Amino acid sequence: MSKDETLGEALRRQGVTRRGFLKFCAATASMMALPPSMVPVIAAALESARRPSVIWLSFQECTGCTESLTRSHSPTVEGLIFDSISLDYHHTLQAASGSAAEAARETAMEENHGKYILVVDGSIPTDNPGYSTIAGISNRDMLEDAAKGAAAIVSVGTCAAFGGIPAAKPNPTGAVSVSDLVHDKPIINVPGCPPIPVVITGVLAHYLTFGTIPELDDLKRPKAYYGKSIHDRCYRRPFYDKGLFAETFDDEGARKGWCLYKLGCKGPTTYNACATVKWNEGTSFPIESGHPCLGCSEPGFWDGGSFYRAISTPTEDLSKAAVYAVGAGAVAGVALGAMNRAKKQKSVDAHEKVTIDDLDKEK
Amino acid sequence: MTETEFLLWVRGPALQIATIVFVLGIVVRILQMVMLGRKANLAEARGSALAGGLRTMVTRSVPDRGTFQRSTFTIVSGYIFHIGLFVTIFLYAPHILLIDEVFGVSWPALPTPVVDATAVVTIIALLAVLIHRIKDPVMRFLSGFSDYLVWLVTFLPLFTGYIAFHRIGLSPPMLIALHILSVELLMVVFPFTKLMHTFSLFIARYYNGAIAGYKGVQS
Repeated sequence: MSKDETLGEALRRQGVTRRGFLKFCAATASMMALPPSMVPVIAAALESARRPSVIWLSFQECTGCTESLTRSHSPTVEGLIFDSISLDYHHTLQAASGSAAEAARETAMEENHGKYILVVDGSIPTDNPGYSTIAGISNRDMLEDAAKGAAAIVSVGTCAAFGGIPAAKPNPTGAVSVSDLVHDKPIINVPGCPPIPVVITGVLAHYLTFGTIPELDDLKRPKAYYGKSIHDRCYRRPFYDKGLFAETFDDEGARKGWCLYKLGCKGPTTYNACATVKWNEGTSFPIESGHPCLGCSEPGFWDGGSFYRAISTPTEDLSKAAVYAVGAGAVAGVALGAMNRAKKQKSVDAHEKVTIDDLDKEK
Repeated sequence: MTETEFLLWVRGPALQIATIVFVLGIVVRILQMVMLGRKANLAEARGSALAGGLRTMVTRSVPDRGTFQRSTFTIVSGYIFHIGLFVTIFLYAPHILLIDEVFGVSWPALPTPVVDATAVVTIIALLAVLIHRIKDPVMRFLSGFSDYLVWLVTFLPLFTGYIAFHRIGLSPPMLIALHILSVELLMVVFPFTKLMHTFSLFIARYYNGAIAGYKGVQS
């Protein structure tokens, strides 16, 4: 595939019809909350876009994010767009290895300086640089080096966006997110463990169409996908509103598809598009298959208490604290009460009776 | 401290501290009150102190016609926000879940839209009560710092709970954290202010009734 080929040419060569392509553009526009009049603009921009150079750096990660993107069951337009970008470096997917691979990265960085998109998955260890290295280069050095020439950085997955599991307590490697280290480049966080594939292609499509990054929330997540909570978009929400909850994973409520709040669902505090975009080509999402949301697209989700405890419940043992407090309170109360009584008795004892003689002013 | 860490702190150590202060404070205050004791009444009993006390606990909870006519607003708004607080605190599903988690007892919840509407009514009643307190010259004269503090710590959990339910203004973890924190503030302030009336109310009514009952007169 030549590097000068446009995205439109590349898609057509791979058998994507004009109808399929426009459908994708319309879906992308609606998902990004753009007016229908933007569909032809997106189509035209994507048609003529030169394949952007993408450098993908994998740090402390599990490859789940890459798997999420590449394991679609049938080729989708999203998948093909992903295939069509000039993925100049991705050490899991590329055929080259060793110094050849690193040379490809350096060439791409030089040739497209200031223009390439840097995709990062995985967190970066800041404790000992030796915890995670690629070709002898520490993750931090590689990130800072690659970030210099990037047009924008996409942090794919919760590890790159917020530190994720490597940063979970006690964070043995001193893992941090991309935005903790890079401050002078536009960063788009696409959190999730793993994130929804269409979100990544949607962000790329937005970038190709407008040359800008989409509107972001305060956690740098594209608002189009992370603007609503799972809870707000959940098809089980009516059961929550009616107070109908599954108490266990196999009771009547669970079989009837009632709300999973009591089983620890983090939907109310989790912002993601799972409930609308869904997974596996729109088949379902975790709550639909009967499991509470883990809140994987939120910062610190791994340290947010048990996955199976409702978010309104305390994380520490209260009854023990209460019992001790009753004991201590009883002791203190009796002591204070005794002191009050003693004081009262003392004033009674000190009381001198006033006689009629004492009141006689003449004396 | 990130939002999630804040929420965890509020749900964990902060709640523990608040619970300890709340329980310890209440036990101390009640023991202090009870241990003050009463002077032995040497007069012969002309009626049952127990019956008089129990009767007054009920009769004082229902306003008589004269009082109702004189302070209609205070009584109506007072009943509304007290019942409203009961409904929003004890009949809302996530709250029952918390009670179940801590005490192991639970009961059915009201549908959330009902609790939501009750919360709105309760908030309005509390605001009306505050305006009345400020506008009425006698009420204003009688009110001190602790009266406004008590109003605030009662109002905040309702208000933060309402905006947390409707997700107004802040992110949901932050809203829930602020809601829990406002309840912890209430718990810490509780034993050392007039909020203690929750516990002393019926003790006081019994006490008044018992005195009258012993004398064989109506109270």
